[in-house]
Amino acid sequence: MAVLVGKDTKVIVQGITGRSGTFYTDSAMRYGTHFVGGVRPGKGGAKHLDLPIFDKVAEAVKETGANASMILVPAQNATAAMVEAIEAGGGVVVCVTERVPVHDMMRVKDALKGSDSRLIGPNSQGILSPGLCKIGVMSTTHAQPGAIGIVTRSASLASELVAQTSGVGLGQSTTIGVGGDPIHGIGFRDCLELFKEDPVTKGVILVGEIGGTEEEEAADYLSAGPYGKPVVALIVGRHAPKERRMGHAGTLSIFGSKTVEDKETKLADAGVLIAKNADAVAPLMAKALRG
Amino acid sequence: MYLSEYQAKEILAQYGVAIPQGRIAASAEEAEARAREIACEKFAVKSQIGAGGRGLAGGIKFAASPGAVRIAAQELIGSTLVTEQTGPKGEKVGQVYVEAAVDAAASLYAAVIIDPKTAQPTILAAAVGGVEFETLAAENPEAVHSLALSRQGEVADATLLSFLNGLGISMAAAGSAAELLRSAVRALIKTDAVLVEINPLAITGADQAIALDAKMVIDGNAIPRHPELDGFVREAPVDDAERIARENEVNFLKLDGNIGLLVNGAGLGLATYDMVVDAGGRPANFMDIRTTAYSFQIARVIDLLVKDPAIKVILVNIHGGGMTACDTVAEAISFAYSRSERKPPIVYRAAGQNADWSRTMMKDRRLPFENAANITQAVNRAVVVAKQGRL
Repeated sequence: MAVLVGKDTKVIVQGITGRSGTFYTDSAMRYGTHFVGGVRPGKGGAKHLDLPIFDKVAEAVKETGANASMILVPAQNATAAMVEAIEAGGGVVVCVTERVPVHDMMRVKDALKGSDSRLIGPNSQGILSPGLCKIGVMSTTHAQPGAIGIVTRSASLASELVAQTSGVGLGQSTTIGVGGDPIHGIGFRDCLELFKEDPVTKGVILVGEIGGTEEEEAADYLSAGPYGKPVVALIVGRHAPKERRMGHAGTLSIFGSKTVEDKETKLADAGVLIAKNADAVAPLMAKALRG
Repeated sequence: MYLSEYQAKEILAQYGVAIPQGRIAASAEEAEARAREIACEKFAVKSQIGAGGRGLAGGIKFAASPGAVRIAAQELIGSTLVTEQTGPKGEKVGQVYVEAAVDAAASLYAAVIIDPKTAQPTILAAAVGGVEFETLAAENPEAVHSLALSRQGEVADATLLSFLNGLGISMAAAGSAAELLRSAVRALIKTDAVLVEINPLAITGADQAIALDAKMVIDGNAIPRHPELDGFVREAPVDDAERIARENEVNFLKLDGNIGLLVNGAGLGLATYDMVVDAGGRPANFMDIRTTAYSFQIARVIDLLVKDPAIKVILVNIHGGGMTACDTVAEAISFAYSRSERKPPIVYRAAGQNADWSRTMMKDRRLPFENAANITQAVNRAVVVAKQGRL
């Protein structure tokens, strides 16, 4: 079991013929992801990596029964690609592309309204359920099927925590990168809801950053009622100099953004265990689960 | 991209935001000449720096005549302002903005942002503007009122007017303030800005709203589709090292410490930075190698670290992922070290894709490194090495 994706997930790739599209489709295919086609306007009818190419997402969905899409197109085409996938009922839409303009994301949010599609990203490493399905660009070197749901704004820290949770023998149910941009698809709160209902997931790790309000929304949700599973959070950027912009664009939120300490306090008040640094996360989760 | 006062005002004026008459000047003589072009009773001479807080730091002077403008500009241009946002080194004043001083009967805070929570353009405003706003916002966040607009930036007249009345603006002035805000919203939408800040927004004795100071932040990801902003892009002060890094697919910020950080990913970069500071170390930079960077590009950024005499040790913390495998970074280190006389010691921590292979490469190429098993160990060791100056 896993959240959002699994063995039955059939994936198409938007931007399959590009350098990144080819590389990551090939590596995810080797990992075992069930790809059913690709989309590249103007190349419909051709084949790439032995997969049929379509001009439009809607055609691809109709012909292949795809229920997920991986977007690896250049930034200037990413908005149109996301909107097309959402409108075609692409199911789980994973946008890896980074540098999507903020104003464009307002259009994407409009498209999501009233749609059944779930958007992951943009600027996300994607979603991985070890042994079942990988949609994205993450490393799978240390991934192991297991009990921990991992939600991050950062790809590199996700890899780090996958390695750590495997190292202590816990493994991962699903890892989700919500993306490093200020406006994105599913957030911490959505992921917490999904992991709560997933019987395989025994604990959840949240990796937050300075800026934005993801962590606060997660804390509000967790305060509202018993969650039933331990949640461990790591919030990075505590010492980032205030006058300089560091890290993700999402960290540039001039308003409504609290310090790392504020976020930690709010999460701790909601019952979340706070890891003091990147090395402390998996041991803290292991202790919470095993006593 | 951050737009300073005169740039933001130039743009906002084009969209219909009322601003005082003003001109930019790079010398005292020029400031006096520009002042003579402005018909007014008194002048404000304002230092153009990127950081906020200049008013409290003495960066704004008032002058009764063009001759007095010259004296004020003389004092400001070339001086260094230390404000709460510049850090201790301060920021040097290159230009001043000379404008007609306005007597404000009331002054407010106003901003338009794209609210990340709702993904909607949103007006923020408070009844207190100017330097007191930040204290107010920190102590009493409820004093900042917000009004969400449609995604196209539309709002009904009655809604906007009642929002302004809620801030204590008189009925007589509300019409003018509403028009100013609508213009600011249009500027935000048309220029792909993520922030338009007008602080203070003054209401004159004649009930006219006018923007006394302004800042804008344009979404860097949208700049390619705004060729009209190229002039501002060229004017933006850019650190050479940061520019070189950006051209090579690396996000880089130069800082004051002695521990060079070589890290991939924004999150891991921040996590490593936090741990170095917690361990008593001083990072010389922030780094986030993007997944699209090739080894020869990363090497050009490592060149910047090895040649920096302040850097006593380089702390490598790589988690090899999809495209940036650990050996890519090891190869980059070897490129940079092979062409440099100066070879600062390296504390090396690698995990993930091709980590073992990268350690073999580091050894085979005789790089001056010590391996660390985890981040904590690497950070603690780097702090010691930075103090000793050797492995």
